[in-house]
Amino acid sequence: MTDTVPGQSTAVSERRKEIALRIAVPLAMVAVLVLIWHFGVMLSGVPPYILPSPGAVIGALIGDWSLLFPALLVTTKITLMSLALALIGGVGFAIFLVQSRWIEIAFYPIAVILQVTPIVAISPLILIYAPTTQVALLICAFLVAFFPILSNMVQGLKSVDHNLLNLFDLYGASRWQTLIYLKIPAAQPYFMTGLRIGGGLALIAAVVAEFAAGSAGASSGLAFRLLESQFRMNIPRLFAALLMLSALGVAIFAATSFISWLALHRWHESNLKREN
Amino acid sequence: MSDQATDKPVATTAYIRPLVAMDQVSKVFSNGTLALQNMSLTVRSGEFLSLLGPSGCGKSTALRIIAGLGGVSSGSIDWPSSRINSKGLPEGDISFVFQEPTLMPWQTVFGNVYLPLRLRGVSRKAAEVPIMEALTAVGLGDFAKAYPRELSGGMKMRVSIARAMVTKPRLLLMDEPFAALDEITRQKLNDDVLDLWRRTGITVIFVTHSVFESAYLSNRIVVMKARPGRVHADFPLVTASERDALYRSSEDYRQACEKVSAMLLEAIGDTPEGH
Repeated sequence: MTDTVPGQSTAVSERRKEIALRIAVPLAMVAVLVLIWHFGVMLSGVPPYILPSPGAVIGALIGDWSLLFPALLVTTKITLMSLALALIGGVGFAIFLVQSRWIEIAFYPIAVILQVTPIVAISPLILIYAPTTQVALLICAFLVAFFPILSNMVQGLKSVDHNLLNLFDLYGASRWQTLIYLKIPAAQPYFMTGLRIGGGLALIAAVVAEFAAGSAGASSGLAFRLLESQFRMNIPRLFAALLMLSALGVAIFAATSFISWLALHRWHESNLKREN
Repeated sequence: MSDQATDKPVATTAYIRPLVAMDQVSKVFSNGTLALQNMSLTVRSGEFLSLLGPSGCGKSTALRIIAGLGGVSSGSIDWPSSRINSKGLPEGDISFVFQEPTLMPWQTVFGNVYLPLRLRGVSRKAAEVPIMEALTAVGLGDFAKAYPRELSGGMKMRVSIARAMVTKPRLLLMDEPFAALDEITRQKLNDDVLDLWRRTGITVIFVTHSVFESAYLSNRIVVMKARPGRVHADFPLVTASERDALYRSSEDYRQACEKVSAMLLEAIGDTPEGH
């Protein structure tokens, strides 16, 4: 009934080649771009306060580490905390919404209104109400990350195979059992999409909210350092802060993609390689 | 049918007791279609009954009603020999095999077969023996750890059958389970289901649109008529020969097919084919 996979060793080496390709090619591309940047700056003689060389940026990154690193921690903390809250809130609210049609009709528009209102526009209001700037930033980032998680989760909970629902009915499954053993597992791919989108948006919102809120002092995030560097015409430091933000974005993307892969790779089509 | 020989002793001894009785059941869909009209059907323990008919004759609807999926518009369903739960269904006595394997893709084969027991609160450890028994019975003992996507269509169907059998039900409802499979797989699974029926003495209601499948499997055939769905003919199908690979080429089988085919043609006869 089964046949073993022929040429398993060639498949493994093929896989290694694929992985090497996936890592080496983009790295080489980045290296080429950095080199072009470096020689472009050197040959054109652009002053460092307009466009610093890669070397100057690295220099700023090392030299201003004691200033930038705490800011990175602050931004990371706000991003991750808001994402965690958005996950709990989004999933919880989605489960609540799908309990009955009435609940969904009543509450879904409110969630949409919150979502479509530009976050920068509400941030002054949030600043007034929130006890501290940090809490205000957290609320802003939460509001932005919350909606994609909610809408994906609602979609997922509602897209369960009808025959499987019939099967659960047939075996007399309770509402709770149907939720735990059927609806939530079936919604996993949708949840993972929400998580990836939400993770990216949480970082963007954390930065934008800090631009709007303009925090200052010991608990400043990278966005504040960006603005400060701009005012002081310290462009290498601005680039260094930017570099840190990209690195944080990449790390969040990698982490959410990895979590998604862990949960789905054994069964879901999106994570399977086509055999032909 | 002149000869009194039956397939198996189990079919004669346990024949008398009614397991489920539909009495004057009608079903109107929400769009106004009359899917079933005054259908009465008594199924006795140990029977292998095929519901046969053209598409739209309500055979799947009848099966779903027996399973408690979607209620009746009028009439009643009785379970004379079962304990009834609050939903009016015999607790743990029915299993259903759908046309699709209907497996949870995120669960292994083991996890899928575990489902009915899990829903009853049986621990994974306690469920292990019945699950492995059910898997072995359908020839998938070595595939407990596989995921559904790794299996062929026929193997997925076997998992679905194992899941239906793991609770040791008294009544197995099958809704065109093999319609989507290739002919060879289908014949193999037909033999396996027959074997299962003989070994366990379970009652089977099998919905199909195939004359050959129903003539091969069943010892009672109910032919249904469309628009509105109702029973056209209800007759036993008793053969002297053992139903196995040889039976497929026997004169007995040819005669059975002829008879069933004639009944089906009669049922289709005065209704316009198609929509």
